[in-house]
Amino acid sequence: MTRTPGQRLLVALPYLWLLVLFLAPFLIVLKISLSDLAVARPPYMPQFDLSEGWAGVAAFVDALDVENYVFLAEDSLYINAYLSSLRIAAISTVITLLIGYAIAYALARAPRRWRPTLVMLVILPFWTSFLIRVYAWIGILKTEGLLNQALLSVGLIGEPLTILNTNTAVYIGIVYSYLPFMVLPVYATLEKMDESLLEAAADLGSSRLAAFFLVTLPLSLPGVLAGCFLVFIPAIGEFVIPDLLGGSETLMIGKTLWVEFFNNRDWPLASAVAIVLLALLIVPIVLFQRQQMRQEIGT
Amino acid sequence: MTAPFAPWADPAASPLIEIRDVTKRFGAFEAVKSLSLNIYEREFFAILGPSGCGKTTLMRMLAGFETPSEGAILLDGEDLSPVPPAKRPVNMMFQSYALFPHLTVEKNIAFGLKREGTPSGEIAERVTDIMRLVQLTDFARRKPDQLSGGQRQRVALARALVKRPRLLLLDEPLGALDKKLRQETQFELMNIQETLGTTFVIVTHDQEEAMTVSSRIAVMRAGELAQVATPADLYERPESRFVADFIGEVTILEGRVSGADAVGATLSAMEGAPDLRVATDTLPPLGETAWLALRPETVTITPDRPEGADNALPGTVLDIAYLGNLSTYHVALADGRVVKAQESNRFGANRRGITWEDAVWVSWEEDAGVLLQA
Repeated sequence: MTRTPGQRLLVALPYLWLLVLFLAPFLIVLKISLSDLAVARPPYMPQFDLSEGWAGVAAFVDALDVENYVFLAEDSLYINAYLSSLRIAAISTVITLLIGYAIAYALARAPRRWRPTLVMLVILPFWTSFLIRVYAWIGILKTEGLLNQALLSVGLIGEPLTILNTNTAVYIGIVYSYLPFMVLPVYATLEKMDESLLEAAADLGSSRLAAFFLVTLPLSLPGVLAGCFLVFIPAIGEFVIPDLLGGSETLMIGKTLWVEFFNNRDWPLASAVAIVLLALLIVPIVLFQRQQMRQEIGT
Repeated sequence: MTAPFAPWADPAASPLIEIRDVTKRFGAFEAVKSLSLNIYEREFFAILGPSGCGKTTLMRMLAGFETPSEGAILLDGEDLSPVPPAKRPVNMMFQSYALFPHLTVEKNIAFGLKREGTPSGEIAERVTDIMRLVQLTDFARRKPDQLSGGQRQRVALARALVKRPRLLLLDEPLGALDKKLRQETQFELMNIQETLGTTFVIVTHDQEEAMTVSSRIAVMRAGELAQVATPADLYERPESRFVADFIGEVTILEGRVSGADAVGATLSAMEGAPDLRVATDTLPPLGETAWLALRPETVTITPDRPEGADNALPGTVLDIAYLGNLSTYHVALADGRVVKAQESNRFGANRRGITWEDAVWVSWEEDAGVLLQA
């Protein structure tokens, strides 16, 4: 198939977009991660200087090294931060899945005329700022917050619970914020499931529970996988939620990166942290892409 | 010669399924109205009716997906109502087939046997046998979306049959197939039913399909049984205008009963024409309205008044439907009513020399039609 110049331009546009807005910034960050910290503006060396010709380029390349990465590997703080991020993201994903699946199941079983409204309600929180919603949780979770007041007034607890500034608060924040990303893909698979499949399962001798595990769950797996990736991937790098709701015990790589960049002004090290994070995320992202592709071929 | 299979005519035979005064309401709507019906072992029983007549509801009650609002359904004399679908010796082949898309053909078929805890050796054996019966052996490891419509239909059939149910329900089983495949599959279904001896109940809106496959047909109308009879009886001896009209083509002439004797009755159907003679066993009351149902193939069309015909009326040809093997002529009588006459084209349609607008005669014998009082 030959393409007209117009078609070529149309195909080139998204590539150009990716080149300018994704690949170029990535290369800049990669370059900074290979540089050294300097008291200068910008705060790293070497700077690229074309005026010195080839000798300048050679000196520039020569000055780049991987010592920031070596430092990351040697200092247990960073390794722990990465592992802790993975753990928090994984636990949050599992909790989100359990709650999100139940919500999606209820939505898919709701009377047809109610479904658009209910789905709307799931999406509704997106209409306000993410930051404001996380702040709202501070008001709910703090010692004299809504939750403690409610629990105290019904006499369930004798003294206020400490939830804010703990990992529990981070889990609550992540689960709350990412729930729609789980509910929607799971709902999409459950909703299009032919109800006669469950009747067929019953007809062939399955209890309702068996029918769920043998028919409903396997058929909703594509939605479950999509939802898990959509929660897990951004949760690893999450910064706002651990910063606002977490405490000193909360170790997440997004927060570490922020501290390196803004508090320590160590741009090269912060860039290295970011590059490693990206490398870590590529694994689940590639898995996600492949799963989506397989699903498209399947249908 | 063996006696024909007709357990319904044998007063000593006890039915496999007894539907007793079953009513099913959805809110204020009565889908099935106080319906009673017996179905016997080894029958291929068809429930036929237009959409919305309650036939699917009746089938779903047999499967256990709906419970009767009133009345009872008995299997071998025992009430089925407390038995959930999973525990009934009844299996259903769904209209959509409802094959599990994530399982292979083999696993779809084995699903029900695994649920009842059949030993795996026996499962393998029975699955292999049934796959051979429905000619699916080569497709055992395919997923449903890699099969054609006809193959999917056979998987659905095998999956329901492998559990050896006492009763197999088929909900519009051939509706999704094209016409040629449907006709082949009808005969396949009949062969399988004969081989296994399982009682089949098929729900369909396709009267041709019901006529082809079944031993008896129940025609349903608005939640009630219009008539239960063998295909031949239903076609040749309908009990109402609805059944006569629903099964095959028919001309229905309204008239008033003007006379009755030992062999038949006369019907005054048209001003200025002789009364029509009809042979009938049940003598209608004189002076009442009655209807004569005439199948097109019993009516002869001739250019001139036929000699010696029991009934003959003049008319003009309104329409000719050429069907290949047959031609159906729509003949308008003097008062505008239309009589359909069908002729075989064995010797060519043109040889008859009848065309549009021609003045013709339609005639039939007195035992050709059926006199209906409803």
